Amino acid sequence: MKKGMYFYLQLAFTLLVCAFLIVPIFMSITAGLTNNYFVGVKSGLTLRWVEQVWRMYADTIWLTMGIALVTTLVNLCIGVPCAYYLARTRSKLSAFLDECLTLPIAIPGMAIALGLISVYGGISEFRMSWLFILVGHVIFTLPFMVKSVLAVLQSINFRVLEEGAASLGASFWQRFFHVIVPNCKTGIVSGVLMTLTLSAGEFNLTWMLHTPLTKTLPVGLADSYASMRLEVSSAYTLIFLGMILPLLIAAQWLNRKPKRMA
Amino acid sequence: MKNTATSVAITLKQVQKTFSDGTLALKPLDLHIEKGEILVLLGPSGCGKTTTLRLIAGLEFCDQGGQILFGERNVTNIAIEQRRVGMVFQSYALFPNMNVSENIAYGLRVRGESKELKQKKVQEMLELFDLESYAHRGIDQLSGGQRQRVALARAIITEPEVLLLDEPLSALDALLKKRLRTDINALLKRLGITAVYVTHDQEEAMAMGDRIAILDRGEIAQIGTAEEVYLSPNSEFVANFIGQMNHFDGLLNGQALSFSSNFIPLPEALFSSCKEGDRLRCMARPEDMRLTTFEDATLKGAVSHSVFLGDRTRVLLSVEGVKELVHVDCFERKRYSMGDRVGLVIPPSCLVLLPNSGSEEVC
Repeated sequence: MKKGMYFYLQLAFTLLVCAFLIVPIFMSITAGLTNNYFVGVKSGLTLRWVEQVWRMYADTIWLTMGIALVTTLVNLCIGVPCAYYLARTRSKLSAFLDECLTLPIAIPGMAIALGLISVYGGISEFRMSWLFILVGHVIFTLPFMVKSVLAVLQSINFRVLEEGAASLGASFWQRFFHVIVPNCKTGIVSGVLMTLTLSAGEFNLTWMLHTPLTKTLPVGLADSYASMRLEVSSAYTLIFLGMILPLLIAAQWLNRKPKRMA
Repeated sequence: MKNTATSVAITLKQVQKTFSDGTLALKPLDLHIEKGEILVLLGPSGCGKTTTLRLIAGLEFCDQGGQILFGERNVTNIAIEQRRVGMVFQSYALFPNMNVSENIAYGLRVRGESKELKQKKVQEMLELFDLESYAHRGIDQLSGGQRQRVALARAIITEPEVLLLDEPLSALDALLKKRLRTDINALLKRLGITAVYVTHDQEEAMAMGDRIAILDRGEIAQIGTAEEVYLSPNSEFVANFIGQMNHFDGLLNGQALSFSSNFIPLPEALFSSCKEGDRLRCMARPEDMRLTTFEDATLKGAVSHSVFLGDRTRVLLSVEGVKELVHVDCFERKRYSMGDRVGLVIPPSCLVLLPNSGSEEVC
């Protein structure tokens, strides 16, 4: 079939939009790998800036990974049972909880951080610890975990599956771990990936909650943009991309996989 | 495998169920199901048949005062996981995260049985249900009939005291349904297991059950063998729910029911117990009536429609004095056209008379 003018116009527009989004990323990557960004690639490629970032900011990278992992763990322990409770119960309380869970998505991160600081800021041990950031991250990412598991639970007839298991003698916990959790796997995995990426990239809330000793990668990145050479901050971005891209690709791949539910 | 040893009788005493919104789903019910018996709960949707099954299963609990016994064991307040029941659900409720073997073995797995025993019993089930070549297949790779067999195998592997089946064939096509119901019936009989089977399909009920309990608006309208409920229905509801029924309303005139210019000769048992001029209602099944020539008959009609059904022809007649069309099954290979005038013969012994005489309409 001969493709018309509209097809080529659309293609050109799409490519233009893609270029608009991708070119800055590409430029940033290049900047992090060139000797002198203002001279350009002809000044030579180097890993010097990446090494420098690693020397200066390795602790922020480890802290970011640590917080992302613990946030995910906490979300798994709270989010999955919470989604199960919401799917099972149809009461005013569950509807209220559902609404409450959605709030952190709508409220700006800064406002959540301010709330946390004004309530718990006085407990200095807690305020100075990375746990303070963890709490903020859990509040911000929990809705994504709950909603993702809840969506899967609502798409499978989990009540009948549970009744089936119960009729065979399975106790509540056996039903939960043998039937509910494995059949929510797609929701749980996508919730985990979302939590990891959101926590690793979170800036607004973390910027308000951090102390000089509890600096995460995005906060360090802002810091380096403000005070370092462009090459250094670009190399920092490169490390962040290396961390976050595999997770994003995995999330995309999971969403494309057709769900096979009997 | 024979289940007779573990099977028990089921007794329901004054079992009533009120839902949280106040709806009375089941009026106080007394029911006894013998050990090894297959009882079918039949009725239209909302009649309480599934509620009764769920109460027996332990998926719902009855109102205060009711009692459910499995043999001598009072299970009224015991949850389903401790009742030792096997259950087959309408949607099968097979676990999508497990393959066929794992689904079948699940009841043994939660009981912590040894690997050897599990393997042996699963193999037994796979052979019994002809599922050997599907052992490692996922549930989504099975047809409806195969899923149904897996669900049944999974339910009986633990040798439950009672087996409960909630419309297990309703998701299948008509042909498969007929074949499977014969298979299931033979299997249940061979296992000697006490079974309660819920359906809204009267043909399935008659093919499956030792006894059929017909439920209407939360209570048992009639309970008995297939012959009893079909040939001697005790109410209009039962008569109309099981099979097709023609109704004839008229007055007792000598030894016959008379309406317009028609007469239906009655059996002696009826006319002797009623007075001349009493209002009566008689009923007759289409297969019990015979078409004859117009001139000789005391009951006459005109063909309104006829449908060739293969083994018989269903002829619909308009009869003077009868509101609805009269259905007659004609087993001879004879054609009827619209407007044909025919006579109707109903052997007096085939007339169905409701026992609750004395009401205004019914003798």
